[in-house]
Amino acid sequence: MDFDLKEHQQMIKETARDFAEKEIRPVAAKADEEAELPEGVLGKLGELGFMGMMLPEEYGGAEFDCVSYAIAVEEISRGDASVGITMSVHNSLVCQPILDYGSDEQKKKYLPDLAQGKTLGAFSLTEPEAGSDAGNVQTTAVLDGDHYVVNGTKIFVTSGGKADIVILFASTDKAAKTKGLSTFIVEKGTEGFKVGKKEDKMGMRGSGTYELVFENCRVPKENLLGGEGDGFRIALKTLDGGRVGVAAQAVGIGQACVEAATRYSKERKQFGKPICAFQAIQWLLADMATEIDAARFLTLKAAFLKDKGLRYSKEAAQAKLFASEAAVRAAINAVQVHGGYGYMKEYEVERHFRDSKLTELYEGTSEVQRMVIAASLLK
Amino acid sequence: MNIVVCIKRVPQTADAQVRVDSSGKDIEKERLTFDLNESDAYALEQAVLFKEQSGGTITAVSVGHPDTEDTLRMVLAKGADTAIRIKAEDFDELDGYKTAQILKTVIEKAEFDMIFTGCMATDDGYYQVGVNLAQLLGIPHATLVSSIEIGDGAARIKRELEGGLLEHDEISLPALFSVQTGINVPRYASLIAIRKAAKKEIAAVGQDDIDKDALVLNTQIEELFVPPVTKRAEIFSGTPEEVSGKLADMLNEKGLI
Repeated sequence: MDFDLKEHQQMIKETARDFAEKEIRPVAAKADEEAELPEGVLGKLGELGFMGMMLPEEYGGAEFDCVSYAIAVEEISRGDASVGITMSVHNSLVCQPILDYGSDEQKKKYLPDLAQGKTLGAFSLTEPEAGSDAGNVQTTAVLDGDHYVVNGTKIFVTSGGKADIVILFASTDKAAKTKGLSTFIVEKGTEGFKVGKKEDKMGMRGSGTYELVFENCRVPKENLLGGEGDGFRIALKTLDGGRVGVAAQAVGIGQACVEAATRYSKERKQFGKPICAFQAIQWLLADMATEIDAARFLTLKAAFLKDKGLRYSKEAAQAKLFASEAAVRAAINAVQVHGGYGYMKEYEVERHFRDSKLTELYEGTSEVQRMVIAASLLK
Repeated sequence: MNIVVCIKRVPQTADAQVRVDSSGKDIEKERLTFDLNESDAYALEQAVLFKEQSGGTITAVSVGHPDTEDTLRMVLAKGADTAIRIKAEDFDELDGYKTAQILKTVIEKAEFDMIFTGCMATDDGYYQVGVNLAQLLGIPHATLVSSIEIGDGAARIKRELEGGLLEHDEISLPALFSVQTGINVPRYASLIAIRKAAKKEIAAVGQDDIDKDALVLNTQIEELFVPPVTKRAEIFSGTPEEVSGKLADMLNEKGLI
């Protein structure tokens, strides 16, 4: 048992923090206000290797472990969770399934540009009637010669409007329900693929969330990822990895809250002394710091298991559940420590308060995480 | 163009509470984080820019304790080819002059066209190592350098002086340059460079290689202390309008306006 980070993990942490402090955090409020990621930030992250962190070097990736990835997502999210989720979706939900299930041709065609951030990816599973119930996907893909003809509407797609490629889930056999779900790589510009409305969200506003519409969209047959009917398995396994990313993102938001609240409590004076001198404030800080440390350890444990090639579905769900709820509590407490100022946009905890909530909702709600954990216990 | 860069690992004290340790001559370091000295980051970047322009190698040298290897590893990831740690634990108390003497014994064995140092270390702030090192090596030097252009066997440099004055000099190579912050934009280490740097060896040099008894210490710290608080300072926070309002209220209250 060793809690020390390895040398390369420490270097990644320092680099990610340095980058986030200089390039992301100073413009996070602007990104939130304008509902756009800071210009050029994804390109810079790509050049540094953060967009293909776990991909092999042969595809231009940095070929690092999942623990390193979790550390990086935390640090980037500590600067701005919107950048963190964009990076997380791209790495966990786009690069990873292509690496795990793609043919050699698909890997060679898509991974090098994804790894360098030259192209951006999105993951498209959710529909109006299929959120937590992923088996109820209504989008269909019907084989017609050398193409699948896709029809349907996807919602809540992170980066959907900006993405160059979309990992799409559609039913190739509706009667087979989950066993009829298949996965496709759909390129931007494919005929019949349209970007629908951009959602106006409460938080995580820098990261665009879109509706995607497929109307007789002809996807080349060779863009099927895995085999027909593999989609549900691909979705579940991919989302396990995604949950480590979201957990790390929540830890980053929580850590930012702990630091902001601690800093403010030393500066703010009431009744002639800094408010950190009051036990009421100290207890809030102590609870926040303890929960975020615990969330970090759960997250790194899940990442560690993934690196070992062991099962980690339960641990990823536990990490995501605990970290997201701890981040929300930390954000609530951070606003409380700031008093009325914490409700103002001028203070970053106001943004963390709104951003944190989404970590309890996407890539499986807290309720779904509890289902996954319980299912693992009751097997 | 072969370049040596001298670097130092220093405590990050900007946001930390600094306390003097029980010896009264140093600060408590247990709770502090450490990083590459700020102006050394610019010195390294300048070396990497020249290497990219005209080839050659970069050797990073540091007199530091074992943790300095972490900093040297990051320096390797940012573009240095080799790194040498001179074991500070072998040489007792150090000052700017003694550090320069130690560095000289290692650097004089290397082939170099230029040496870069940061203009100052943020911990002791002596501004001495670069100047002393150049003097000991018998090569010309320039301090507070804010731009460098390399010509045929010489460098044309700009120095930034107080009062907005600028100075241009031409210096023959080999030479040492102590660079200002702001001379360039230091890069981030890429993850692939981190991967490569993790596999590199960092050489260690100690008292077996350097005659410890020949070294001279010129400065001895008598006492380090945190100045007593003499007047109460109040820092206003808020928007510029709120802060100016609070300031006006306070000045009014005290009858100053």
